[in-house]
This record gives sequence, structure tokens and C-alpha cells, in this order.
Amino acid sequence: MKKKILYSLRSPYREQLDVIGFRFGHGKKSAAIVGAMRGNEVQQMYVCSRMVQELKKLEAKGLIAENNEIMVIPCINYYSMNIGKRFWAMDNTDINRMFPGYCQGETTQRIADGVFSKIQGYEFGIQLASFYQQGNFLPHVKMMNTGFTSPELLKNFGLQFGIIRKPRPYDTTTLNYNWQVWETKAFSVYANATDVIDENAADEAVYAILRFLDKQGIITANTPPGYITKLIDESKTKQIRSEAAGVFKSCIEIGKRVERGDILGTISDPFDGETVSEIRSTVSGTVYFEYFAPLINSNTVCFKIIK
Amino acid sequence: MIETIATAALAVNENLNIQKRRIQNGKSKKRLSLVTGTHGDELEGQYLAYIVGSYLDEHIDRLDGIVDIYPALNPMGIDSITRGVPMFDLDMNRVFPGSKDGTMIEMICSMIVDDIVGSDVCIDVHSSNIFLQEIPQIRMSVPTAPVLLPYAKMMNVDFIWVHDAATVLESTLAHTLNTRGTKTLVVEMGVGMRITKEYCKQLFDGIFNLLKELGMWSGETAPVRETIVSEGREVGFVNSDAAGIFVPCVSFGETVEKGNHIGDVVDPLSSKIVEKVDAVCDGMIFTLREYPVVYGGSLLARILQPASGGTEE
Repeated sequence: MKKKILYSLRSPYREQLDVIGFRFGHGKKSAAIVGAMRGNEVQQMYVCSRMVQELKKLEAKGLIAENNEIMVIPCINYYSMNIGKRFWAMDNTDINRMFPGYCQGETTQRIADGVFSKIQGYEFGIQLASFYQQGNFLPHVKMMNTGFTSPELLKNFGLQFGIIRKPRPYDTTTLNYNWQVWETKAFSVYANATDVIDENAADEAVYAILRFLDKQGIITANTPPGYITKLIDESKTKQIRSEAAGVFKSCIEIGKRVERGDILGTISDPFDGETVSEIRSTVSGTVYFEYFAPLINSNTVCFKIIK
Repeated sequence: MIETIATAALAVNENLNIQKRRIQNGKSKKRLSLVTGTHGDELEGQYLAYIVGSYLDEHIDRLDGIVDIYPALNPMGIDSITRGVPMFDLDMNRVFPGSKDGTMIEMICSMIVDDIVGSDVCIDVHSSNIFLQEIPQIRMSVPTAPVLLPYAKMMNVDFIWVHDAATVLESTLAHTLNTRGTKTLVVEMGVGMRITKEYCKQLFDGIFNLLKELGMWSGETAPVRETIVSEGREVGFVNSDAAGIFVPCVSFGETVEKGNHIGDVVDPLSSKIVEKVDAVCDGMIFTLREYPVVYGGSLLARILQPASGGTEE
């Protein structure tokens, strides 16, 4: 393993920001794994740190295939993590909306450029992604369907679901999208939590990535058996929204199968406790996202169901 | 008449309400919409909305048509000094056109668009952000310029910036409205968290001039200035390479030559100049950094080059 500074940025008042990468093996650029780009992505950083541990062991045993290099970047934006901010603290910009970056541009464009120049050219790119809303996810792997990456590859992670979605206008500035433009087959692994550590979901994510690298012949790893991944088009999933506002209570666990009409949660008046809304499933399927916060506004996505 | 054009229930005993005031007189159905407050840290539009509304109230008999004033598209943001939508960490001007079936903010954006669509002209007033000071200007993309330029020239701004469209701009209010046939002018002026009365008065004169040109105003108007248009000119960007405190030595709106010293980035700890900042081209400084703390990459100034072939304006 080689620990390298991939990009540095001076700050007027803090120690220099050093983006650290851990390189395993050598030769062909096989896989790059990127963790936290936002200050609240603690789970994403944690999963990468676990990957560093696993890859160290595999490297020591000679189980990284000849002529293969793997790069792991646990955290790009630790400046924001250390001060409890989500985006770049100075101007509230999101590094994951700045790719491919621009070396003469604004600060976060320069960071994106500095990092991207070091992680392009890999055959596979894996990002530990988070969701903008508070909630729990079933661990799953997602890809943007740009036509470059084969959806069949999602199955090699062995997670329960592989979700394919169409790029939206803002996606063109994300890491995942730009990896694909620069001919890296890119995937986003969702390890449930964001600002807390979920050990079980981290285990699943680590095994999934090891399984994928093993299937691609990059490493040899013994992992627990995975699922036969079900591939789903995101547009075919059903989002259930709150029809009222108040105190939110979920009545269902993620991963459970529900039938149309089942109660998924309730919303009660925050002052008198009266139930103001019962949230019922409008389809039959598996719950793969649940909102997780005590208070909820109206029109908020509170459950996602895979039909 | 004050009207709530979009509403959504918040968790605890409160609704998020987007309001507008309709000022109407005469028989004409022509409509001008004045929209502002999309970013909670941009306040120039608040004063502008006040002076336009109060002047119309005092001289209502000279209005023939409808003026709709939307002072706060993001009221929670203004109320909490938050640029985006509080709680969601979302830039509201990246959520348009929104969706009736979407999240709370998407639904609100969709209702806002539905309400403004059909206006003859919409003026969307922004005031840069807390980092940069801007001279009063109107920005538009190249594809919209043929339709919008004649109206923008009536608005008494110093500068019209016609720029290449970027993908991300597709999610703005102005792009959505222009795509749906409502001519929308995006004004940038001043600096975040402040009110610059002279700029507000300048735009006030422009709005009444526009109303007159639209046949909606029979009252007095002030003469409007000749506006510089960026077409055929380049814009030079000056970014910091060092981290520290930026101290400019030129004035905002000043004309400089390439290589002129325009400021320094200094380090308060070592008391050293860490970067001497020079103009990257000839021209007028139409953007100047207001917030002094900078990192490598922070925008310090934008310079509008003279028209090719000479330095004459």
C-alpha cells in the first residue's frame, strides 16, 4: 500500500487540505473507490477506511492480481466534516457538482479538477454515494444509464437491488457522470446511512465492493454469498409522499414486503397528538427507502417501494 | 390585492406561503411581473419591490395594466439569512420548473411558474451573493438574446451580458419561463445582504421606462442610459491563486489595462503579500470581490474587454 497526497489546497487560516489516496497493487489502473465528498458523509468515509483495511490484508497475502492497481480515496472534503458543514464551507458549493473541474476556476472546481485528474483512466469507478434527504436505504448499487456502462455489471456486486436511472441535467457535473464520459465504468454504492455509522450496512457495502473486484479478476477475496441482484429502472419504483405535516412515525422496516393499502407510517399533530394522516402504500412491493426524522413537512418523500 | 400563490404545510403549526401583490388599473390586460427573493441572502430586490409598489400606489391612475410583485420566492431563506432553501440545502434556482407531483420545493416551484407564465415580461432580480459586487446588469443566454435584448436595453442597466448557455442553467426560473414563452430578464446588481439604494433607483427608472414602452404607463419617466452589450467582447476572469485576504486597489466600475495592479492577497499572520493581482486584460471591472477571505480559485474580478478593434465604448 502506498499512501499519497493526490491534491493539496492552501487555506488562509487552517492547515493545508491534503486529499489522501491509498494505492494498492501496481500496473493497469483497474478500480478507483471514492468516499466522502460532502462533510456529512461519515458512513461513506468509513466504508472506504474498511476497504483500506481489507485491501491491505489482501495485498499482504498476494491476492491482488498481477498488473492491477486499486486507488481508494476515503474523504475529499474533510474540511467541512471537521466543522459540521455539508458543502464547501466558504461558499456552500458542492464538490460533486463541479466535475470534471477546472484548474483555473473557482476553489471547488480546482479541487474537483485536482482529484479527477488522479482518478480518471481507471477501468472501474465506485463512489460511495449518499442521498440528500434524511432516511434509511436498503444497501443497493446504482448507475446512470449513459449507454457506456453495461447494467449487467451491477449484478457483480451481489446486492439485493441494482438500480438504473436516467441522467438529469444537473448530473452532468457529478463524478459518476464524468467518469463515464472519460470511459470509466462507474457505479454508486449506497451504504444506507450518511452522518452516522451503520456497521451492518458498511459490512454489506464492503463485501459488495470486494465481490465486484473479485468477479472482475482484480482481487481474490472470500466474501459471504451475495444476492441474485434484481435490476430495476428507477422510473419503475414508487415514491410515497406525505399528505400532511407533523410528527412522523414509520411502521415498517426497510427491506420488508408490503401490499397495496398497507399502513407504512403515520403523521400526528405535533401539539395535540391526533393522527392527521395514515401513509399507505399505493403499490405492492419491497420498501427500499424510509424517511428518518421525527418531523415531516407535507409533500416529502417518506417511502420508496420497488414494485 | 395580496394573494398566496403557493402553500405547503411545515411540520409544526406553520405553512410556507409564497405571496404576490397584484397592482392593477385600466382596461389593459398586459402584465409585468417583478420577481425576487429566490436566494435568501440577496436583498436588493426587497427595496426595489417596495419603491416600485409604493410609487404605483401613489400614481395608480397612470397605470394601464397589471403589475404583479413577488418579493420573496424563498421567504424562509430571507427570514433566516440562508441563500438556499433552509432545511433542504437546495438552491431554489436549480429546482425549476419543479413538479406538481414532486417534493415540497418542487411543487412550490411548479406553482410559482404556473402563476408567472403569461406575463408579457418578467423581471427576475438577483443581487450577486455575499462575495461579489456587481454593477447593475442583465444576463441572458445566446439563444434568448434575439428576443430579450430589445427589452433589456430599456431597463437602464449598465451592462448586458450575453453568455453561452450552460446545462445547469436549465433548472433556473428564467430558463423555464423563457422556454414557456414568457420573456424573462435576469438582473444582477449590488452585493448580497445589502441594499444599494442608487442601484435600486436606477432599476426603478428602468422598470418604469419598460412599462412605458409596453404601453402600460403614462406617467413621467427618467431618461435611461446607453447600455453596454457584451456581444463581440470577451470577459476576463481574475481568480486568486493564493489563500489570504484580498485587498483591492481599484474601484468598482473602473477601466483598467492589462497588467495593471488591481489588488493584493495578503497573509495577516506573516504580514506578507502572498499574491500580487494584475488585470488579465484591458477593460471595465464590472464584478469585484467584496468578501475579503479567499482561497485559491476564489473569483476576484471580472473585466469586460473593449469591443474588438478599439477601446472606444
